[in-house]
Amino acid sequence: MAFFLAQILTGLANAAALFLVASGLSLIFGVTRIVNFAHGSFYMLGAFVGVTLMDILPGHVGFWGAILLTGLAVGLIGAFVEIVVLRPVYRAPELFQLVATFGVILVIQDLALMIWGAEDRLGPRAPGLRGVWRIFGEPVPKYDIVLIAITPVILFALWYLITRTRMGTLVRAATQDREMVGALGVNQAWLFTGVFALGSALAGLGGALQLPKGGADLLMDFNIIGSVFVVVVIGGMGSLPGAFIAAVIISVLNVFGVAYLPQSTLVLMYVVMAVVLIVRPYGLLGREEVAGEHGQVGAPERPIRPYGARGRMVVIALLAALALLPLVADKFILTLMIDVIVFALFAASLHFILGSGGLVSFGHAAFFGGGAYAAALLVFHTDTPMELAFIAAPFAAGLLALGIGWFCIRLSGVYFAMLTLAFSQLVWSLAFQWRSVTRGDDGLVNIWPADWLNATAPFYYFTLAMGVGGILFLRHIIHAPFGYALRAGRDSPRQAEAMGINVKRVQFAAFAVAGAMAGLAGGIFVFSKGSVFPTELEIAASFDVLIVVFLGGVKTLAGGVVGAAFLTGVEDWLTRLEYWRLILGLLIIAVVIIAPEGIVGSLRTLWVRIRHIEEEEAK
Amino acid sequence: MLELQNIHSYYGKAHILDDLSFNIAKGEVVALLGRNGAGKSTTMKSVMQLVPPRSGKVQFMGRELTGLPAFRVAKMGIGYVPEDRRIFTDLTVLENLEVGRQPARDGAPTWTVEQLFGIFPNLAERRMNRGKQMSGGEQQMLTIARTLMGNPALLLLDEPSEGIAPVIVEQMAHTIMRLKAEGLTVMISEQNLHFARAVTDRAIIIESGQKKFDGTFQQLEAHPEIRDAYLAV
Repeated sequence: MAFFLAQILTGLANAAALFLVASGLSLIFGVTRIVNFAHGSFYMLGAFVGVTLMDILPGHVGFWGAILLTGLAVGLIGAFVEIVVLRPVYRAPELFQLVATFGVILVIQDLALMIWGAEDRLGPRAPGLRGVWRIFGEPVPKYDIVLIAITPVILFALWYLITRTRMGTLVRAATQDREMVGALGVNQAWLFTGVFALGSALAGLGGALQLPKGGADLLMDFNIIGSVFVVVVIGGMGSLPGAFIAAVIISVLNVFGVAYLPQSTLVLMYVVMAVVLIVRPYGLLGREEVAGEHGQVGAPERPIRPYGARGRMVVIALLAALALLPLVADKFILTLMIDVIVFALFAASLHFILGSGGLVSFGHAAFFGGGAYAAALLVFHTDTPMELAFIAAPFAAGLLALGIGWFCIRLSGVYFAMLTLAFSQLVWSLAFQWRSVTRGDDGLVNIWPADWLNATAPFYYFTLAMGVGGILFLRHIIHAPFGYALRAGRDSPRQAEAMGINVKRVQFAAFAVAGAMAGLAGGIFVFSKGSVFPTELEIAASFDVLIVVFLGGVKTLAGGVVGAAFLTGVEDWLTRLEYWRLILGLLIIAVVIIAPEGIVGSLRTLWVRIRHIEEEEAK
Repeated sequence: MLELQNIHSYYGKAHILDDLSFNIAKGEVVALLGRNGAGKSTTMKSVMQLVPPRSGKVQFMGRELTGLPAFRVAKMGIGYVPEDRRIFTDLTVLENLEVGRQPARDGAPTWTVEQLFGIFPNLAERRMNRGKQMSGGEQQMLTIARTLMGNPALLLLDEPSEGIAPVIVEQMAHTIMRLKAEGLTVMISEQNLHFARAVTDRAIIIESGQKKFDGTFQQLEAHPEIRDAYLAV
């Protein structure tokens, strides 16, 4: 019994930092409708700034003063990010905002590396709270008790701020109708900056408060983001009490998981999330998203057309060049091209549901990695012939997509994005922790293709056939009646329903097709590398492919393919630079703000403009 | 007080306001009349800079509004009541009023919550109710009261009689006369000619974003062909 109580107390103490970070994220989302993926980065900054300040400032006052100063400092950094990066993109589609915050993650990662170095920092112990108190004979760290006491105070302070002050009233009004709040004389731009700063400050506080229990390292940002999203989704996006309850549930569950089921700690929270969402699709205290709110009108989509004769000629010429490539290129180039094609297919599959379906999936790596793992597991455990294992990849990924899609398709917008992300984390944690089957982070190795493909040139042709076949298949679907239905559901779900299209079912099917095609790419990938590791399922992998689709251009069919070719090509030399993340991050932010149409879209605009000038001159 | 000079406004590529000009003097209550889609709401949004005009000038008390963000326009003393009401349904009546609150300003009547409850007794009874629990007429009163909390010198009322019960329309007419008595300048967009004639001094008729008539109701009555051409359904 005493042990049980001690476990609960540890869980509650762990909930403190998680709640702080999650409440900040929830607050920012509630008002700005931006899912701030850089929120984990503010948490990490809080830890590093806190450690630095605690080194400088002495004693009790120094320790607690450092924590408060950290909150302030991270809040200011958040305000800076909001003004510079997010203000220009509030009216842009969700995806652009998400991508912009991802650029911020990369920039902060490298800046942290520059300032604090790559070494992990151990957090200092809180002065005067070093020992333990005995509760029913069980030792409970004094600092844990302090954390347990602090959390409700912060929850109350936030609740008071939101429900009982003028700023809170304005914030809640802006959540509902920002334009109207502006028309009543409130400068909503500063309101947004204030909320973003507050949310960031909370994340920074969380990072600093957890220092005596942990420390500061460069992986903290991605490590916490999964749990934070789970907490926010379970609690209901935008709900502070929801975030508190969910943070407590997840933390307590985690402590018991470590004690009783150490191999399933990561999976556990995603299972809880899935159960909650089956019962309450918008979380414990969340509310249903109302579509078509005021002040957020997107530009109409430009209709897409199949390529004309000239476009076809270009594609055929390009394919011919690719087919002839092994005659002139060396092994290095061919291997690079295999990577490009695999990534292009992966990107095209995401582009299929994102561009044509309007579904922003944040967990697409689950299907790429899922396909790769399916093939690798078959080869590794049952010595399945490569051909069979390869065919299993798209099927397994398609089935996985059917399973995940069943939960996710019911939601839309950011809820959909968050849920896909959470499910991809579930798949990742399975691969990471189910060591007896997946060998965890040792990965599955020696997964080589059959003898007839076991050389660079034949495998290149195999990749070309499969990759190009997959991409053409997706294009074909987009230009088929199914594609029309999909795009109709994207542009006007109600109108489409009224015309007899079962929008959700069409989206469900498209999600499965996209998953299967991502799995096909994963199948090629695993046999080209000979191995697969959980990194292929990580959040970062899902982000990579989103970035690629975005860089290429969401509203153009070729966007995904061009983006993949561009990034894979650039990555090769970019990653040789020490601070490549900084460069890539700044590049992404610049594209979001300056050229939101992406590479293909911008080229097309340029082309139209040149032609226009020529026509003018001809007159 | 308010001066529009050769305004052209667009929704995307659609040309809504076509070279629209008119003036409103201090203390006037003016009706902006016209059929559905004539450009009445867009005129109001163009004044508020919610739909910034692409060319032309909007001046308020001698100061240029064109290009300002909406909140600056509101802070200068223009109160806007949108036709679709847009009250904050998750907020209580008192909280809705709080969002509209602005400091008192010279040359404009000042309002307190209690005064507004005096004008709109229904709101007083429901002060702790959330916006979504209220009837259409009550919501219409709340949106006017909310804008009055900003102590505006000029009030833009977009179709205040639309979609509410006749008895409430009558109440609304009394309210507007009361506002006029307080010295407020008001522009009302309307389709209901009877309502407009009852509460306003002057009519401006627009059609396809162009001004077709500007004068008193007596002058309008002398020209029934204008009424038939631009207002008859």
